Amino acid sequence: MNRRNFLKNSLMTAVALTTLSGLLIKPKSVFAAWPKASFDITNLDESIKSVYGHNDLSETTKVKLKAPDIAENGAIVPINVKTALKNVESIMIFVENNPQPLSSGYNLTSKSLPIIGTRIKMGKTSKIIAAVKSEGKVFSASKEVKVTIGGCGG
Amino acid sequence: MSTIKIRAKERNGSVTVKTLMKHPMETGQRVNKKTGDKFPAHFIQEVIAKANGDEVIVVHWGPAVSKNPYLTFVYNGSKGDKLELTWLDNKGNRDSKTVEVK
Repeated sequence: MNRRNFLKNSLMTAVALTTLSGLLIKPKSVFAAWPKASFDITNLDESIKSVYGHNDLSETTKVKLKAPDIAENGAIVPINVKTALKNVESIMIFVENNPQPLSSGYNLTSKSLPIIGTRIKMGKTSKIIAAVKSEGKVFSASKEVKVTIGGCGG
Repeated sequence: MSTIKIRAKERNGSVTVKTLMKHPMETGQRVNKKTGDKFPAHFIQEVIAKANGDEVIVVHWGPAVSKNPYLTFVYNGSKGDKLELTWLDNKGNRDSKTVEVK
């Protein structure tokens, strides 16, 4: 290899590497900003539609939703979601009878495992839906939680 | 003083992160009984966790998350990872904290 070719090749490699690393780094910051519209919607079906573009959820036992049967205090209802599904993009938690059904959303990366837990507020007894987006499809699990003292309003 | 408490522990290649943030998480629907006005909404909207600079999870919260929110998640990592957690609320306040995975 002569000098000219060597320089040309190394330059090409350098260019290729920078574009490649550019491509690799980019997807990490493409998460949409806080979805105000989805959080404002007051109807469950509309809320699910605004997140996924459809409300076609397939209920599966592969999504595990852990929540209490009875929540004595609606201000603190512990929720845990995990799933055996692969390539999970996001996990969303909806509470049907809350003023705004969408309570929270979790965008995962290739590094994270599909296991999340948090505590939410519930105004009254309601069905909780955990929706998991995996490989373009949306799977779900749901559970009815009885609330004895509401956690919203005052 | 930081508003964030983090506990991150590695076991068999996965790191379990448990965190508590100090925040009122005001929904905007609670009524002040003295004045009849609603308390303005004030809640954390976004929580971002990074391990050694790479995003691990991006969380979007609405006002229906409990006061002084709790969050737990798991990621593939190892002991000694620098785990950084940042929250951002609807008034533009933010806080962040970095811990080493144990």
